[in-house]
Amino acid sequence: MNLTAIAAIYRFEMARTFRTLAQSVISPVLSTSLYFIVFGTAIGSRIDQVEGVSYGAFIVPGLIMLTVLTQSISNASFGIYFPKFIGTVYELLSAPASFFEITAGYVLAAATKALAIGLIILGTAFFFVDLQIQHPVWMVTFLVLTCLSFSLFGFIIGIWAQNFEQLQLVPLLAVTPLVFLGGAFYSISMLPEGWQAVSLFNPVVYLVSGFRWSFFGMADVALGWSILAICGFLMACVVTIGWIFRTGWRLRP
Amino acid sequence: MPHSILTVDRLEKTYDGGFRALDAVSLDIRAGEILALLGPNGAGKTTLISAICGLVQPTGGKVTVGGHDTVTAYRAARALIGLVPQEINLEPFEKVINTVRFSRGLFGKPRDDAFLERILRQLSLWDKRDQPIRSLSGGMKRRVLIAKALSHEPRVLFLDEPTAGVDVELRRDMWEVVRQLKEDGVTIILTTHYIEEAEAMADRIAVINGGRILLIEEKEALMRRMGRKEMRIELREPIARVPAALEAFGLSLDESGAWLTYGYDTQADRTGIVRLLTALQEAGLRVADVETKQSSLEEIFVGLVKEGAEE
Repeated sequence: MNLTAIAAIYRFEMARTFRTLAQSVISPVLSTSLYFIVFGTAIGSRIDQVEGVSYGAFIVPGLIMLTVLTQSISNASFGIYFPKFIGTVYELLSAPASFFEITAGYVLAAATKALAIGLIILGTAFFFVDLQIQHPVWMVTFLVLTCLSFSLFGFIIGIWAQNFEQLQLVPLLAVTPLVFLGGAFYSISMLPEGWQAVSLFNPVVYLVSGFRWSFFGMADVALGWSILAICGFLMACVVTIGWIFRTGWRLRP
Repeated sequence: MPHSILTVDRLEKTYDGGFRALDAVSLDIRAGEILALLGPNGAGKTTLISAICGLVQPTGGKVTVGGHDTVTAYRAARALIGLVPQEINLEPFEKVINTVRFSRGLFGKPRDDAFLERILRQLSLWDKRDQPIRSLSGGMKRRVLIAKALSHEPRVLFLDEPTAGVDVELRRDMWEVVRQLKEDGVTIILTTHYIEEAEAMADRIAVINGGRILLIEEKEALMRRMGRKEMRIELREPIARVPAALEAFGLSLDESGAWLTYGYDTQADRTGIVRLLTALQEAGLRVADVETKQSSLEEIFVGLVKEGAEE
């Protein structure tokens, strides 16, 4: 295994992150703080507790998920799209590195950045609400698995995209609605029954529910389903990327 | 005879649309040589390089580098190859030294700053190592590409049009760099459509067109074999037509009537020069001056490509 190649890609990608640190970190922290102020404080003060948890605290896991999902996808998709766009992808394709190593380098870097931002937002949340984490190990596990699987998903989007518009399309048209409708700001049980059933087809529901459980010990769906959903998504992404590199789809004509 | 370091055996590439970019290309590249791959635009030069280096999936045939198959043993094969692409494909915001370090790591080599310093100095890039790539001139960027390709100590270097869009002075600079690399024992395969470049640097020349190798030969031998020489003879007194006694020589007379041109093959047993000069004297023509001219590689090349097209 060419571990040096993984390390080289990882370092190179992280260097880009540090070069654009302000834009990488400040903007997600700022937007999440705005969510806290608007939803948590202004609107939340008029909403009763949700199953014993103050509304301000209730939305914290969902907010972190929202940011971590979008960050993972945009970091990883940009990470691989940019070399394609400027042509430096020739070097990756001609290197003695397998698809696993190339993917690992980009995905680990994207996931690291998303994880860091997730943790920063968690830290920010403590300034706004009274928060306790009941299952910290599970919380970190969920966070890490989410960062990894959605970075893999972003990597696929980056390979698929043939222009910047397509690069923005999936996060904008699919991911944001799925997260907003995935119970980030409410409990599924608050919905009418019909919509509850529909929600169960939304994969993000399982993520948010499991993640929220690690904070407050309450969940919309059983914990096992949440773990199964995220592991299933992770595997689906790995299989897709394996196929991409085997066939050379969009990379190697 | 030096052993071959790269073998291309009936390599084929047909794109999905049905376009056949490589048609059973076979090549044998000797360790330490400079091979110039000549061909017009769209001849298949870049596709050939891309198929060898792993950027394009061949649809048939086989390539080995240092005995390693580029498909089944791609790690060992690719580790021996450095590729300098035709386009300036670089991360604009990255520093020179970081991008070169990245390349070395990507090819699985442990960090070695002393080695990279030597390369950067050799390419006159050491002073610019901490500058972002976008601040460099076009020629310097091309050098960065070469530095990246050399960073993992390859034994075969592909230079795809290394001097395209580079001014004359820089081009000569680049030739010097290539010569140094050859001295260091690197095998170089260079594509170009500047004949001058092939003539100045190559040991052997391959001509490719329409995805097929039309010929591969020692440069000197090629120029000798294909080279026709012309002798131009200036007469003291102009004449109106070539005298009948000289018809057998196939001479042509220019408009002024003062210059006769005689074409001959340098490889022929008899060039016919002595006989011609004697015949001129016998016909009563007095010679003022004689000059000879060898056809250049460019003329040979144009002739070949035309021939190929007419087939």
